[in-house]
Amino acid sequence: MTAAPASVRRWTRFTPAERVARSMLYVVAAAAVVWSLKAVEIIPEFLYDAPEQTADLFKRMWPFDWGFYPKGVHDVLIETFHIATLGTILAILLAVPLSFLAARNFTRNPLLNFVAQFVFVSSRSVNSLIWALLFVAIFGPGALAGVLSIAFRSIGFVGKLFGEALEEAQRGPIEALTAVGAPRITILGKGYWPQVEPAFWSVALLRWDINIRESAVLGLVGAGGIGVALDAALNNLYWDQVGLILAVIFAVVIATEIVTSAIRSRIL
Amino acid sequence: MTAATLARKRPPAFPASWTSRLAWSGLALYAVYASSLMELTWPRFLKGLENGAKFLDRMFPPNFEADKLELIRDGMLESLQIAVLATFFGVLLSLPMGLAAARNLAPPWLSWGARGLIAVLRSFHPVIVSILFVKAVGFGALAGILALIVSTVGFVSKLFAEVVEEMNPKQVEAVRATGAGFLNVLAMAVFPQVMARFVGLAVYQFDSNLRNSTMVGIVGGGGIGAPLFTAYQRFDYDVVLTILLVIIALILLCELVSGRIRRVFQ
Repeated sequence: MTAAPASVRRWTRFTPAERVARSMLYVVAAAAVVWSLKAVEIIPEFLYDAPEQTADLFKRMWPFDWGFYPKGVHDVLIETFHIATLGTILAILLAVPLSFLAARNFTRNPLLNFVAQFVFVSSRSVNSLIWALLFVAIFGPGALAGVLSIAFRSIGFVGKLFGEALEEAQRGPIEALTAVGAPRITILGKGYWPQVEPAFWSVALLRWDINIRESAVLGLVGAGGIGVALDAALNNLYWDQVGLILAVIFAVVIATEIVTSAIRSRIL
Repeated sequence: MTAATLARKRPPAFPASWTSRLAWSGLALYAVYASSLMELTWPRFLKGLENGAKFLDRMFPPNFEADKLELIRDGMLESLQIAVLATFFGVLLSLPMGLAAARNLAPPWLSWGARGLIAVLRSFHPVIVSILFVKAVGFGALAGILALIVSTVGFVSKLFAEVVEEMNPKQVEAVRATGAGFLNVLAMAVFPQVMARFVGLAVYQFDSNLRNSTMVGIVGGGGIGAPLFTAYQRFDYDVVLTILLVIIALILLCELVSGRIRRVFQ
């Protein structure tokens, strides 16, 4: 075997800087895991009876307390549905105008772009449970606080994704409409809307799907919906009711997923 | 034939779609009906504004006393540890899970089984899952870690399976043609194609786990959630504000860092 001449170029996938950056990241990640494993407080005494406790949990849950459904679950389940749906609608109403402000091709004003982006980031970085805490303190416990917290958490999500869809809209149709002197409302309705409609529906459906899941826990902090029943059942240690509520939530989530994928395949 | 009849025969450029009009009005009617159930009356709104003002008044200035800061630091560190460990173990489990759910690699019985399991894992909010783990393994960080592992596996393996299904089959065929076994196909043909996206998913999930690890404490799953909820229930709104500020700062910092990391791995 002969040694390769020095002039032959060696092909590598990454530059040295990239390789260093990558291995640094692995080291940092490993260090973080080791630190967490050492520092995290786990009480071993609790672990000894974990299998027993788990078996006990399922024994207490089954059979479900089916009789509880008509008097304690049905109404709050409907309320959960309203919270998620109305919250999503409200979020869309608030987020769509903002996403036009955030889209740099529609609004050519860096300050307005920044303001809209700032609203989105602050909406997304606060968890919906925290929004719920705030709105319960303001409007008192109930579904209204739930709707507002779902809406405020969703503004950032809907606005960010819909704003990105607007920025990807093609210039052609819009320039054509501008050239024939169409008013701004027509440019929106016939230039932008047909291009972004699929993105709009897919974002709306995706967020609705997420909101159905999230609205089920808002009741733990008093913001209405099925979480209130769950919280009560947990505090009273009525595990057969807890089991029923979890089964109902599971059924609703699966049903939502089927519905959204059916709508998606029909209109997209 | 006059010009008028010609004009009439020409179909409009944007024909009205009655189904979509019907759907939109149905949606509007629903919104009006559902909002009427919310009992939002004008006096309640005014009362709400008043409460909001009181609430803000009690929030400011945020409480930066030393003992409170110590409590917050411990809680935040625990939330961070929960997020790190849940991401690590969750991502580790998602790797085989995602491969099992990919229809182009796994036999149908395996991929449908894995998909069903992923759907079950995804269907519950992490806070609800941690209620169950608090009962099973007691109060504390472990319950939160286990709950977030469940949601990590649900999310990462679903998207990872999609990434694997989208990969280029030619490289897999080429490696198979050399007589390589399944593990060699994975190492030489599959991983080089999908690893970058997988790391991206893992980093994204770390962000999401960090957000949720600040919440699992509300039901006893460890982390900053417990001091936050206690302060809220005691009407110590100035402490609540401090905790919220710290949470938001940490989340924004992590988003910045993870954005950088994803760029390195692209």
